[in-house]
Amino acid sequence: MNRIVLWLMSTLTVLVLLFGYRTSLGGADQPASPVAPIVGAAAEPTTAGSGARTVTGPAAQTRYGPVQVELTLSGTGAATTIDDVAVIQYPSQDHRDAEINGYALPILIQETLDQQSADVDMVSGATYTSVGYRSSLQAALDQAQA
Amino acid sequence: MTVVRVASGGTDARVVRHVAQIMGMPISLALRGRRAGTSVGAAAWEEVQASLRWSDEVFSTWRPESTISRLGRGELAVADCPPEVAEVLAIGEVARRATGGAFAVCRVVDGREVLDPSGVVKGWAVDRASAVLRDLDDTDFTLAAGGDLVCSAVLDRPAWRIGIEDPRDPSRLVAVVPVRDGAVATSGAVHRGEHVRHAVTGRAPAGVASVSVVHSSLTIADVEATCGYLQGAGATAWLRERGRTGVVVMPDGAAEVVSRR
Repeated sequence: MNRIVLWLMSTLTVLVLLFGYRTSLGGADQPASPVAPIVGAAAEPTTAGSGARTVTGPAAQTRYGPVQVELTLSGTGAATTIDDVAVIQYPSQDHRDAEINGYALPILIQETLDQQSADVDMVSGATYTSVGYRSSLQAALDQAQA
Repeated sequence: MTVVRVASGGTDARVVRHVAQIMGMPISLALRGRRAGTSVGAAAWEEVQASLRWSDEVFSTWRPESTISRLGRGELAVADCPPEVAEVLAIGEVARRATGGAFAVCRVVDGREVLDPSGVVKGWAVDRASAVLRDLDDTDFTLAAGGDLVCSAVLDRPAWRIGIEDPRDPSRLVAVVPVRDGAVATSGAVHRGEHVRHAVTGRAPAGVASVSVVHSSLTIADVEATCGYLQGAGATAWLRERGRTGVVVMPDGAAEVVSRR
């Protein structure tokens, strides 16, 4: 499992950005400190000490622009853990996110949805199994060929 | 009994539907516009299914020969896996940190740590599979997998109307959300029993019936809905604190909208 965690340092990309977490301990907006960039997989930590250290991943090109993350690690070898993930390079803006958050999203909740009648195209619900699906509204919609 | 009518868009907005069973769940596609009901639309649907089947082959914890199963047994290193594996694990790691460990891609079963990123994979896989649909010109789509979905609609046609299922009665709705370009995911106990459990306590959440999240990315909507549901009675406050948009349904059926504004 720890090998997996270590691998993540070079692969956290736009997903971290999209989550929009402010996880930095020391300032995600600061430029990268002089740490050696790690390109590709860092299967083993490069220091023998057990203190916290940072590693910077390669700048990943995403459809939103370049994204670069920095991780703070502690422990050694199999006991290595990620203490922090900071995004040190952001695309200038995240267009899609801004767009959807710009909606005055009209979520219509009515006591009865007009006597339980509603026009819908699809249904979102807790995970359907094949059995649960059969009795669901979604199944009815799937069969209703317009 | 709810009477649900299929939303009728404009005159040229005939909805063509496709259904398949992949990853052990129903996959539903609705297309409308230029490529709906054409061979191009049908070919895109085939590609969507192929993409989801690939995700299932890589990530299914039910298949002993899947990449994720072999990784979990230590037969493979992450470096030996397709890069998508690291991507999924990274998403899970971010969610674990955001929930203080409630969400995790590893579970302890019979004293053994088991790798199970299923909580990430569904939304991620559907997001990934929907890419081919975005390339269809002048065509709108809604792609749903087991109750989570991603939508796109051009500006001159109405937004898709997404019903939020009543967690106490799958034949009813508690809300309707119009979505033009975005995703809706719902987490709750209905349909599969209490399949969402706190990774640390091992218990199913109490004090909340379902959590739906609306976001531009289904990957994020799916994980956030699960993380929100794991907060139990604190789901609404948690989503609000994180600036999310969604609907929280309480055990008594009361529904509350969480919105940034």
